[in-house]
Amino acid sequence: MTGRAHTHEREQDFSDVDCDALVAELARLVPKANLLHEQEDLMPYECDGLAAYRQVPLAVVLAENEAQIVAVLKTCNRLGVPVVARGAGTGLSGGALPHGHGVLLSMAKMKRILHLDPVARVAVVEPGVRNLAISEAAAPHGLYYAPDPSSQLACTIGGNIAENAGGVHCLKYGLTVHNVLRVRGVTIEGEVVEFGNHALDAPGYDLLALMIGSEGLLAVVTEVTVKLVPKPETARVIMASFGDITHAGDAVAALIAAGIIPAGLEMMDKPATAAVEPFVNAGYDLDAAAILLCESDGTPEEVEEEIGRMRAVLEKCGATGIRVSSDEAERLKFWAGRKAAFPAAGRISPDYYCMDGTIPRKKLGEILRGIADMEKEFGLRCINVFHAGDGNLHPLILYDANVPGEIERTEEFGAKILEMSVALGGTITGEHGVGYEKLRGMCVQFDSDELTAFHAVKAAFDAQGLLNPGKAVPSLHRCAEFGRMHVHHGELKFPDIERF
Amino acid sequence: MADLTEQFKERISVAGADRPLCIRGGGSKDFYGETPRGEILDTRGHAGITDYEPTELVITARCGTPLAEIEAALAAENQCLAFEPPHFAHGTNSATSFATVGGAVAAGLSGPRRAAVGALRDFVLGVTILSGVSRRLTFGGQVMKNVAGYDVSRLMAGSLGTLGLILEVSLKVLPRPVAEATLRFDLPQAKALEALNAWAGKPLPISGSCWHEDVLTLRLSGAEAAVAAAKQKLGGELLADASTFWNDLREQRHEFFAGTETLWRLSVPSVAPVLDLPGEQVIEWGGSQRWWRGDAAVAREAATKVGGHAVLFRGTDKSAGVFQPLPAPLLKIHQRLKAAFDPRGVFNPGRLYPNL
Ligand SMILES: Cc1cc2nc3c(=O)[nH]c(=O)nc-3n(C[C@H](O)[C@H](O)[C@H](O)COP(=O)(O)OP(=O)(O)OC[C@H]3O[C@@H](n4cnc5c(N)ncnc54)[C@H](O)[C@@H]3O)c2cc1C
Repeated sequence: MTGRAHTHEREQDFSDVDCDALVAELARLVPKANLLHEQEDLMPYECDGLAAYRQVPLAVVLAENEAQIVAVLKTCNRLGVPVVARGAGTGLSGGALPHGHGVLLSMAKMKRILHLDPVARVAVVEPGVRNLAISEAAAPHGLYYAPDPSSQLACTIGGNIAENAGGVHCLKYGLTVHNVLRVRGVTIEGEVVEFGNHALDAPGYDLLALMIGSEGLLAVVTEVTVKLVPKPETARVIMASFGDITHAGDAVAALIAAGIIPAGLEMMDKPATAAVEPFVNAGYDLDAAAILLCESDGTPEEVEEEIGRMRAVLEKCGATGIRVSSDEAERLKFWAGRKAAFPAAGRISPDYYCMDGTIPRKKLGEILRGIADMEKEFGLRCINVFHAGDGNLHPLILYDANVPGEIERTEEFGAKILEMSVALGGTITGEHGVGYEKLRGMCVQFDSDELTAFHAVKAAFDAQGLLNPGKAVPSLHRCAEFGRMHVHHGELKFPDIERF
Repeated sequence: MADLTEQFKERISVAGADRPLCIRGGGSKDFYGETPRGEILDTRGHAGITDYEPTELVITARCGTPLAEIEAALAAENQCLAFEPPHFAHGTNSATSFATVGGAVAAGLSGPRRAAVGALRDFVLGVTILSGVSRRLTFGGQVMKNVAGYDVSRLMAGSLGTLGLILEVSLKVLPRPVAEATLRFDLPQAKALEALNAWAGKPLPISGSCWHEDVLTLRLSGAEAAVAAAKQKLGGELLADASTFWNDLREQRHEFFAGTETLWRLSVPSVAPVLDLPGEQVIEWGGSQRWWRGDAAVAREAATKVGGHAVLFRGTDKSAGVFQPLPAPLLKIHQRLKAAFDPRGVFNPGRLYPNL
């Protein structure tokens, strides 16, 4: 989504931060080359993957090690300056959107794989290491890091931790939270903390789980231990065509009912295949209303057996065509189309806006019909790709930011999809995070008591609220402004409660 | 099937730091954690599976629902709780002493399949709790992927009821494996650890391991073809009718667990070498979980030296502390979280750590 400079009023007021004093202090902590504060140097950091929201920070620090991060955080804590951590900036919810009165702390220079132990099957890495770089380093040992977001070439493990990133294989292999053993980080007070360890559990509360998906609000991640898993001997993917998108949805449920957990189970609708095909020549069936990509992995015998069972289920559910990848090249080609869906949307439309709601699988047909109605209501096209196995939707709304009014209609459209996701028993975000973008959706999904609980969790780590302020959890005031406040148990609209 | 939320709220409102509550299901895990204190709040009346749709791979149940009831409902659909939570309800009257799902989540314990599929916390999708000031709060949900808000549901797993009263929980479930086989190998400890770590780096369908007295027992689970191929590759001796063995291990009915001396659970990296501990050990989870009976200082030192921690799992003398003490910055975060969810200190005081 590209478009306009966007700086909503933030929830806490940090306008009294003294930029010159801050820069002078930071200059004492890091080498000159690692501190940016001239306007033109700051511009490349003004947004993440969601370019609709832009904000230039006061300064950017390119940290080289944990000691520098400790020093920067201690200073910012003392001066009351907001800090936003940034990995590769591929986030799609404005999570790494800088704060106009704060420091942007980039992990771009912390990209070393510190240790890779093929026997223990772990890798210890710095936060700026790219997701794919871990699997590449592990490959000679027949191992890999399982979560594979489509952005894996670029996105960092620190960003993956912050968003609990998933990928097309997480139905079987889990999300980031299932594949990370230990996170080392620094709190805003400059204290070094370790969550988890190299055993399978740690004493006390599961703070590791709390850290994962916390969108950079609790601590800055400085080191991560990930689990490496053996590469399956072989994998094959079925491409199944359906004449009706509801049949494709039913097939997803039927596969699971048959006791099959595919290694990947993805759906694309007709407009989506039409968008990617000219771009990647994946060989998709362009006549189908929807296609399913259904992967099996394991030993050759196992894959053969499972592909047979999958094929039977898909045929019974009315698949109009079935192709099984005959070799690795063809398998990768089938996946290439799916993984290129976002860039393809960018090719056929000046702008696109990616949503990330998750719903119970059985509601797939219902929400698709809902989205089709909304296309008419808002006069905008939408192409649909899904992590179908997980019920995680990525509707891509196509728009043109240069057409007056389209961006507002797009936002309304997106918000309505998310509200419908919640109404169907799902959530506003499966893997991209709330960030800056979905604050309004949070007011729909959670009531004031729950939001207050989230703020209390935040305060347990960051009492002053300096790490990534104004993201992930809206203030009760903000929700009231949105007019979506859930009034609970007949309480007042603005309960001034410290605790819940 | 009853909904006791309102009664629970009343109990919480009249409780206080001087009159705390001891949240209790079937009491099967009374032995676990620091000694329970407070007036008993019995969760067993708040029971029943509230939602289960096999094709969604999710089951939702009230806290007092017997774990056995959940497992039976899943088995009827050929599904299971893959992390094999121990019940520990043996030896007492099964009509009154049974494991509840709320207790299982609060204890956070997992069984033999943990190293292969993940722990209980990995399967928690959502919870509804009552906070220490009787607020009903829902986190997570019934869907597989959800990053809206902090992951408070997983935080409840293993928190021993110190943060809130779990009213309802949604757990991810999995299909039962199509095929299973159990193999036996005569191996001394060092060789067994070496083999387990080497196998774990290969795409093999290993779903459980147990080393005791120079015998390594290994379970395979998966597709027929995968189990057959792995059997061939690994060799060993086939153990017929092995489900009793794995159930006994999960429920600690295995002979090793019969003693009375303090039982320690050492949670260590799987590659940790043979630990310098006198006497018998049972080793599970591919080397990551080691059971031992003996002295606190020895257990803690052995686990810490290799980067792990030791839990006083069963014992009468808990003066050494059940759980390994936390570093100061982490303890501070724990205290603040406790104060956030239970500001009046009414839930299970001291059950996890003496001052929490
Ligand atoms: C084409 C495309 C495809 C994508 N496909 C997927 C997909 O399949 N699955 C998926 O899950 N996501 C996907 N994403 C979204 C995005 O790539 C992920 O959210 C990713 O995890 C972000 O990583 P990043 O390094 O770019 O983080 P950034 O965008 O830089 O930051 C994201 C958040 O992480 C925080 N953060 C970053 N580093 C740290 C740190 N060291 N400590 C604390 N907080 C930190 C930031 O403050 C911010 O809140 C896609 C994005 C694009 C553009």
